[in-house]
Amino acid sequence: MSNASAQAGSLVSIPHLLARNVAKYGDKAAYREKEFGIWQSWNWAESADEIRAIALGFLELGVSKGDFVAIIGRNRPALYWSMVATQMVGAIPVPLYQDAVAEEMSYVLEHCGARFVIVGDQEQVDKVIEVQETVKGIDHIIYHDRRGMRKYDHSKMNALADIQATGRAAHDRFDAELEKRWTSLGYDDICVMLYTSGTTGRPKGVVLSNRNIIETSKNSSEFDHLRADDEILAYLPMAWVGDFIFSIGQAYWTAFCVNCPESQDTMMTDLREIGPTYYFAPPRVFETQLTNVMIRMEDAGRIKKWMFNKGMSVARKIGPDLLDGKSAGLVDRIKYGLGNLFVYGPLKNTLGFSKVRVGYTAGEAIGPEIFDFYRSLGINLKQLYGQTEASVFITQQPDGQVRSDTVGVPSPDVEIKIADNGEVFYRSPGVFVEYYKNADSTASTKDAEGWVATGDAGFIEEGTGHLRIIDRAKDVGKMANGLLFAPKYVENKLKFYSNILEAVVFGSDQDYCTAFINIDLTAVGNWAERNNIAYGSYQELAGHSRVLDMIQSHVEEINTSVAQDDMLSGCQIHRFLVLHKELDADDGEMTRTRKVRRRIVEEKYSDLITALYDGSKTVSTVTEVTYEDGRKGAIKATLEIRDARTVPSAQKMAAE
Amino acid sequence: MRERCPLLRRWLQNDGFGFEYFGNTEIGVLDMKDTYEPYVTDDGRQIGNVLMEMKNITLRFGGVVAIKDISFDIREGEIRAIIGPNGAGKSSMLNVISGFYHPQEGEVWFRGEKRKLMKPFEVANQGVARTFQNIALFEGMSVLDNVMTGRLTHMKTNIFQQALWWGKAEKEETENREAVEKIIDFLEIQAIRKTPVGRLPYGLKKRVELARALAAEPKLLLLDEPMAGMNVEEKEDMSRYILDVNDEFGTTVALIEHDMGVVMDLSDRVVVMDYGKKIGDGTPDEVRNNQAVIDAYLGVAHD
Repeated sequence: MSNASAQAGSLVSIPHLLARNVAKYGDKAAYREKEFGIWQSWNWAESADEIRAIALGFLELGVSKGDFVAIIGRNRPALYWSMVATQMVGAIPVPLYQDAVAEEMSYVLEHCGARFVIVGDQEQVDKVIEVQETVKGIDHIIYHDRRGMRKYDHSKMNALADIQATGRAAHDRFDAELEKRWTSLGYDDICVMLYTSGTTGRPKGVVLSNRNIIETSKNSSEFDHLRADDEILAYLPMAWVGDFIFSIGQAYWTAFCVNCPESQDTMMTDLREIGPTYYFAPPRVFETQLTNVMIRMEDAGRIKKWMFNKGMSVARKIGPDLLDGKSAGLVDRIKYGLGNLFVYGPLKNTLGFSKVRVGYTAGEAIGPEIFDFYRSLGINLKQLYGQTEASVFITQQPDGQVRSDTVGVPSPDVEIKIADNGEVFYRSPGVFVEYYKNADSTASTKDAEGWVATGDAGFIEEGTGHLRIIDRAKDVGKMANGLLFAPKYVENKLKFYSNILEAVVFGSDQDYCTAFINIDLTAVGNWAERNNIAYGSYQELAGHSRVLDMIQSHVEEINTSVAQDDMLSGCQIHRFLVLHKELDADDGEMTRTRKVRRRIVEEKYSDLITALYDGSKTVSTVTEVTYEDGRKGAIKATLEIRDARTVPSAQKMAAE
Repeated sequence: MRERCPLLRRWLQNDGFGFEYFGNTEIGVLDMKDTYEPYVTDDGRQIGNVLMEMKNITLRFGGVVAIKDISFDIREGEIRAIIGPNGAGKSSMLNVISGFYHPQEGEVWFRGEKRKLMKPFEVANQGVARTFQNIALFEGMSVLDNVMTGRLTHMKTNIFQQALWWGKAEKEETENREAVEKIIDFLEIQAIRKTPVGRLPYGLKKRVELARALAAEPKLLLLDEPMAGMNVEEKEDMSRYILDVNDEFGTTVALIEHDMGVVMDLSDRVVVMDYGKKIGDGTPDEVRNNQAVIDAYLGVAHD
């Protein structure tokens, strides 16, 4: 222990870790990226050389200590290098969501007062130029991909490669200064600033120190025994804290290799080619993959289908047990071995999961069927619970104690307490320094003793010590009859059906609960095809009476299961409608990380909610939509409202 | 009175007689385009000397005169459109340019030389590539293989060397694959690289066809209705790619298109044909104010 902390003592920043990796793992692959159809790779020594060149170029440009440097683009080694180079010159990297529109970007760029912006391509340059009309602080734009950039005014703009070339040429002048800058970085200096996606209100800039990032990376790497020969695929937004921890924090701590896909669309192919050993994906990705597998199995030949069903029934029975290291009968083991040879092995290979040693999912609750499916194949998929403010990790599931309904035990060095109203609080070395320029929010989130409010309501399960999350604390309310109202709990149950993509439940201060449902076009579309149901558009399919019948049966099933729970039996859904459009981040109905913005949905569709409660059978509405290029349009629709059968709660039945 | 192209009519009525007709700035530009001096367009592209010149082309199929005594030129670096109502002879014209048809009269000059009687592949070797109105890809082959066929004019090894795939043939394929990958990247079709073309939707097939034509690194790119049958979004994408190709590689483009909005936005100069005759030639603005063009599209009133 003392050894470890002594080691950590000298490794006080990401540039320090980089220097150690070059010394210790110099010729081991650090970054790979598929470009022009071929995986290009850079070892730690080469990466350090590239980073250094960028840093020298920054000094030549006049980047000062404490400047904010915004980074916008898809996951590419050059952008990761830019982040580390930014840290080397004592500036602070601020990665932004690349799919944000200019308007969203301008708030963040203004708030942090970024002097320099590093972007991936022309699309992002155009957005930043638009932002510059209102935000005046941006001195210089640096872009990576030269395509289409020839005719832009370059008086305040450069290609990243040119910055590197200038840096290399000027190294005599700046070597000493650069050395001074990065060696003087301290453990409590700012490592990175990340903007939270903000389910409510404006995004907040979370300031994380080197201590936060490095301690967390160290603890979590040790928790899962990550090794230098691990491989990850970096495909989640760079602005998200998880990507920063996985692709920079843990990658630099353990010196594993970060692989960047060729483009967003090729992610699945690249996943298969790389075969990562350490993998993270939000539940939605696992859901989509499972839906695709199931759809393809529906279309498969009879023999294949038989093999798949037979294999999966064996896997469901003993797969999770084998993964947890529990004993299983010899016959079952042989069956599982055969299944692995003919079904699970090839399937895992197709999905790109052949080599996954540690897999995580987080962000939302994952359906038990989905979770068990992957675990029964022998993929060590686990759950974690985290926040930007905690540098990700609050709780995670240790190997052998994995369940779909908990989020695990507190991560190393993390303390947890539950407040009287059920809200979860934590304290850890990963706890953020502050919200940038927002002392009020900092004070209301983090108290003097360092306890941070998560905003989530939950409880610690007796016996196992696992944390279970029910809902957002502020969304948990009371219904008019005094029963507990926890919308997320019901929504998650609904979303576990592959036909339902998204659900929003209402009922706070009302007599009963109602819901909006979004159908999953892939699953329902395939179902429609198989049942000879013709449809011309999303809207038409969503309003089809047989689709409504199907959704109604799902709603009634969950009503039965919700009724089992004494505390939450009031949350059964009495009336629902299927929305005529998908909830979309471009319309502000969801965050960029695809979480529903409840209040905005409530405001926007208030006419529909009224109809849900006034007993009408149909409702006509006009909805404004925003296209990807920012133009607006409107969709008109008449929606049918259905009544769902509800079940008296277990408690009441006992009383009667 | 006859009406043959409602799209153009609408466009003519909307802003066909706009104020720019009287503006003097337009005239300055026109003057420049009438000379044969190289010049730079408003958006910064370099337009050079004449690349191809058609001199008094007449094409007959038996007694039918498809093209009647037409002359026009295509200048290096420009986007040149050929428009006209159905049956005006546009596709025939494109086929003459690509060497598929041989006109009975007239001369085709390419890069300062008069073209002798040539087979289409010889024309292709000269640096002319094209796409087709009805997609002509190899449906059973992958996107990558389809685009690779566009490199055929750049391959020197013979069929036996390629079959053995040894020494020079291997090296050659690697080089050509590199060029193809750059185009795949440029047109953003990485995700379908290994997908058989038959499985792709129409819009993507069109893009693959463009990729194959580009793979030949043509001096002159001929596009036969690149946007036919596309929705608005696909049209926008395709327009963007055509502009990017022209801008990034400096490829000269000659295209036939029905969508007037697209033609007028994309092209530097437009040739208008009707019944095999040329009835207009000039910048989009000139053409849209040309009385003969308006008559051809809107018809002439009997009064």
